[in-house]
Amino acid sequence: MALDTSEVENIAHLARLGIDPADIVEYARNLSDILAFVEQLNAVDTTGVEPLAHPLEATQRLRADEVTETVEREDFQQCAPQTEAGLYLVPKVIE
Amino acid sequence: MNTKWETVIGLEIHAQLRTRSKIFSGAATRYGAQPNTQACAVDLGLPGVLPVLNAEAVLMAAKFGLATHSTVAPRSVFARKNYFYPDLPKGYQISQYELPIVHDGYLDIELDESTTKRIGITRAHLEEDAGKSLHEDFHGLTGIDLNRAGTPLLEIVSEPDMRSAREAVAYMKKIHALVRYLDICDGNMQEGSFRCDANVSVRPQDAEEFGTRTEIKNLNSFRFVEQAINYEVERQIALIEGGGKVVQETRLFDPDRHETRPMRTKEEANDYRYFPDPDLLPVEIGQAFLDDVAATLPELPEARKQRFMGDYGLSAYDAGILTASREQADYFEATVDASGGQGKLSANWVMGELSGALNKAGVDIIDSPVSAAELGGLLLRIEDGTISGKIAKQVFQDMFNGEGSADAIIEKKGLKQISDSSAIEGIVKEVLENNPKQLEQYRNGQTKLLGYFVGQVMQATQGKANPKQVNELLRKILDA
Amino acid sequence: MHTKNLTELAKGLREREFSSVEFTQACLERVGRLDEQLNCFITVTAEQALRQAHAADARIQSGEAGPLTGIPFAHKDIFCTQGVKTSCGSKMLDNFISPYDATVTQYLNEAGAVMIGKTNMDEFAMGSSNETSFYGPVKNPWDPQRVPGGSSGGSAAAVAARLVPASTGTDTGGSIRQPAALCGITGLKPTYGRVSRYGMIAFASSLDQGGPLTRSAEDAAIMLGAMAGFDARDSTSVDRPVEDYMVGLNDSLEGLKIGLPKEFFGAGLAGGVADAVTAALGEYEKLGATLVDISLPNTSLAVPTYYVVAPAECSSNLSRMDGVRFGYRASDPQDLEDLYTRSRGEGFGPEVKRRIMIGTYALSAGYYDAYYHKAQQVRRLIREDFLKAFETIDVIMGPTAPTAAFRLGEKSDAPITMYLSDIYTIAVNLAGLPGLSIPAGLTDGLPLGLQVIGNYFEEARLLNIAHRFQQVTDWHELAPQGFE
Repeated sequence: MALDTSEVENIAHLARLGIDPADIVEYARNLSDILAFVEQLNAVDTTGVEPLAHPLEATQRLRADEVTETVEREDFQQCAPQTEAGLYLVPKVIE
Repeated sequence: MNTKWETVIGLEIHAQLRTRSKIFSGAATRYGAQPNTQACAVDLGLPGVLPVLNAEAVLMAAKFGLATHSTVAPRSVFARKNYFYPDLPKGYQISQYELPIVHDGYLDIELDESTTKRIGITRAHLEEDAGKSLHEDFHGLTGIDLNRAGTPLLEIVSEPDMRSAREAVAYMKKIHALVRYLDICDGNMQEGSFRCDANVSVRPQDAEEFGTRTEIKNLNSFRFVEQAINYEVERQIALIEGGGKVVQETRLFDPDRHETRPMRTKEEANDYRYFPDPDLLPVEIGQAFLDDVAATLPELPEARKQRFMGDYGLSAYDAGILTASREQADYFEATVDASGGQGKLSANWVMGELSGALNKAGVDIIDSPVSAAELGGLLLRIEDGTISGKIAKQVFQDMFNGEGSADAIIEKKGLKQISDSSAIEGIVKEVLENNPKQLEQYRNGQTKLLGYFVGQVMQATQGKANPKQVNELLRKILDA
Repeated sequence: MHTKNLTELAKGLREREFSSVEFTQACLERVGRLDEQLNCFITVTAEQALRQAHAADARIQSGEAGPLTGIPFAHKDIFCTQGVKTSCGSKMLDNFISPYDATVTQYLNEAGAVMIGKTNMDEFAMGSSNETSFYGPVKNPWDPQRVPGGSSGGSAAAVAARLVPASTGTDTGGSIRQPAALCGITGLKPTYGRVSRYGMIAFASSLDQGGPLTRSAEDAAIMLGAMAGFDARDSTSVDRPVEDYMVGLNDSLEGLKIGLPKEFFGAGLAGGVADAVTAALGEYEKLGATLVDISLPNTSLAVPTYYVVAPAECSSNLSRMDGVRFGYRASDPQDLEDLYTRSRGEGFGPEVKRRIMIGTYALSAGYYDAYYHKAQQVRRLIREDFLKAFETIDVIMGPTAPTAAFRLGEKSDAPITMYLSDIYTIAVNLAGLPGLSIPAGLTDGLPLGLQVIGNYFEEARLLNIAHRFQQVTDWHELAPQGFE
C-alpha cells in the first residue's frame, strides 16, 4: 500500500505529530515500504481464527473498592511544564 | 402538533458510579476536593502506570443490567478510545466497544394513566471519566484539574425509540430514579454525576429510514432536555422544509437562549481507533456472581409500584408517582405505617399537600420539614376523628412551618373537632332558626341549600364540627 | 572485583573481603574511565549508589543480606526510578524525574542491590541497535565501530565491558536477547506476566517483559529471582509463586529433546553464526540431549505481525506524551494543536514517529480489520506452532540473531533491514514464551548467541540448560579486549 504525502499528513495529524515538510516525502516512502512489508499477512488464511490479544489468555483480576492512594500533589507537579494554583495550564481550549 | 414529521430520539446517559475509589486506581472519588489532589500517578497517565479494575464498578454495572432485564455479558472487554484533549491524560479513554458488560435490556415508561411504552436499552458499558477544564482566570490559558479523571462511568445507551421530548424526559427520569434506587449513582446533575446527551432526528411520518441526527451534549436537567429537544426538532423541520439538509454534528444547548448551537471546535469526524486495551484482560462474569448480585438488589421501582397497587389499593398512576423516586416511596410507606395503615389517605396527602408544599418551598422530600412519622401522626388524627380533613390541612401548614407536631398544634390552637352530637345538634338548630328564609326555600324543594346550612354550621364552629355528623344531623332534622 | 560473578561477589561481601562501598566505588571508577568510549550510561547515580552501598554494608554486617545485597547493577532507563531522571532514551523525557519507582526498581531496592546508573537504550525501546537514542549510540565493547544491539544496548554493553556485574533490560521483540548475543553475554526474557510492568514505560503492552542481562546463567537466575513476582498493580502480572531458580541449575540434561526449527536455519543466517550454533548443539548432544528437526511454519510471518501489533499498541501508549503534565514541551505554543504537534514532533525521533504513524494507520477507520485484527489472528497461529512443537520436544534452540554485530549506520537507513535482525526472537514475544540467549562462539572475532526457547514459566529449565552448557564451555567467560 503506497501512501502519498497527504495521507501521511492525515496520519501525522491524527497522532498529533509535527513533521517537517521537508521530511514528508521520506516518511511517505518509509511508511509505504513498511506497509508493503506487512501486507504479506493478507495472504494468510485466518478463517475462523480468534485474534490473540494476550499471550496467556487470562482474565481480569478485580480490585477491592478502597481508597489506597493519598496524593501529594507537589510530588507529581514538580515535573510539570506549567501549573498554577494546582492546575495544569495549556493554551486556551474553545468549546 | 406537526403530524407530517416524526421525531426520533435516542439518549446516551453517563451515570457516575458512586464507588469510593476510581475505576482503575485507588485514588478517592469524593466531589469537591482541591484541584489535582485526587489524581494519583495512574490517573495522571504518567509513563509506566497501569490500570487495575475496581470490583465495585463491575458489581454496579451488573446490578443495572439485572434491573433492566438486560444481558450481563459473561465476557466483556475494555477498549481504548483514542483522541487528544487536555482533560484526557493518557490520550485515550479506557471504555468498552465491541463487547460491553451489559446489553439488550429495556425500561417501560408511563405515557399517561393507562399507556406504557417500552424503551430499549441497547447497551450499558463501563468507562473512565475525564478531568475538567477551567477556562477562566488563567490569563488566556486553560487550567486542567484531573481529580475527576478515572471516576467510573456507566454509559447507558437507549435505542432510538422515543418519539417526543416528553417520552425522552420520562425515560431519563426513570433511569435517574433507577440508578438511585440501586444506589449506584447519586444522580446529582448539578455536580455532574448524571449527564445526558440526546440524539435527535426527524423524518416524514411513515418513512422507514432515519433522518440525519444531531447530538446535543451535556444536558444536565430534565427541563433542559425537554427544551433542547423541542428546539432542535423545530430547527431541523424548518431547515428541511426550507430546502436545507440536516448536518450530522454535535451541538450544545444554551439554557439562557433556549436554543442549540453547533460546538465551536473544528468539526472533523473523530477516528477513535478503538482496539482492546492490552493492559487489561477480558472481564468474566459467571452465574454465581450474578446470583449474588441479584440477591443484593433492592425492591425495584416496577415491583414496588405493583405492590403499592396491591397492598394499598392505589391506581397504577398514583403508584407510579409515588415510586418515581426511592425517597418518595420510602416516605410514603413510612407515612402509611405511622398513620395506622391508611394507604389511600397517605397517598393523597403525599401527592397532594406535601408535594405542593415542598414544590412551593423548593425543597426535596429528603429535606422535608415534616417527617413521614409526623405526617402519619397527623393522618392518624383524621382517622380517629380528632380533627377533620379540612382542619388537618391547616395543621399541616403549621407543621411545615416548624410549629411542632400535629398534637401540639391541635392542642395549642384548640382545633379538636366537635363530635359531640348534642353540641352539634344545638348549633344546627340555632343555624336553622337564624336562617328562616333559606329554611323555607329548602322545604319548598331547594334541597341544594343543605350545603349552605352545612357551611353555616361549620362557620359557627370555626370549622371544627365533624362534617359527617353535621350532614347527618341536618338531614335528620330537616327531613323530619 | 569486576570479573567476579554474583555468587562470588556475595560471598566476598559476606566474608568482608571487600565492602559494597568499595566495590561500588570501583564500578563508578571504571564507568568514569571507560564509559566515554561506549556511552552505556545516560545517568550515573554516584551519590545514590554510595548511599545504597552504605546501607547494604550495614545489612550485610547484621547478617540480613540476600544474594543481591550490596551488588551494583545498571538499570535500563525505561524503568521509573523515583527522584532520578528516567528518559527512555528520548528527548521527550529528557527532563522527566520520575515521582515514583517501578515495581522492579522497588524489588531490586528491597533486595539491597546498588544502582550505579540508568543505561542508554533505543528511544522508547524501538530499535535493534541502540542507534535511535537521543543520547547517541552505544558502542559495542567488542568493536566500537559496531552496534551492541538493541534496544537494551547500554545494559548489554555495560555488562560485557565488566562495568557492572549485572543489568536490567526489557524485551519486546528481542531487545534483551539480541544485544546479549551481540555483546557476548547472557540475557533472559521471562514468560509474559512473570515480571511486573508497572513503572516499566510501555512500548507494546502485550509483548514487553523485563529481564536480566548478566555474564552467566547462574547470575541471571539470581537477578530473575529478585525481579520476578506477582504485582497487584499490573493486571497482566501472573499470580504465581516465584521459584528458586538456583535449585535445578545443575540438573542433568539426559533425555532432553531439543527442537531445531528448520525456519531458523535457512537463508539470511550468516555462515559463521550457523557453524557456531551447530557446534554448540553438538555440546548439548554430549550432555545427553537429542536434537529433533521441527518446523514452525509461520515463522516468516512473525516480523510483519509484530510490525503491526507493536506499533499499534505503542501509538496509543505514547499518546500520553503531550507536553501537558510532564516531559518535553515546545516553547511558546500558539494554541493547543501547536502544543501537541510541536512537542511531539520535536520530542520524538524519526523511528518513534514512524512506528506511531504505522500504528495509527493500522488502527484507523477502515484499516483495523485488514491490519490489526488480521495480525492478532496470525499471532494466534504463530503461538499454536510453538505449542504444537512443545507436544513432542522440550525446548527449542537456534541462533539468536542472523549475524554478529553489524556496523554503526549499516542498517539505520533501511528500517525493514533493521527489523529483520529480530527474525528469530520476535515470535517468542508474540507467543509470550520465555527465551534466553547465551554466548555460543565467535565469528570473525565477534560474539554470537544461542537462543533457547521454553514453554510457559519454564525459566528454571532454560537456566538449567544454559548453565550446563556454561559448565562445559567458556564462551561466556570471554571478555572484549580492553575490558577484561
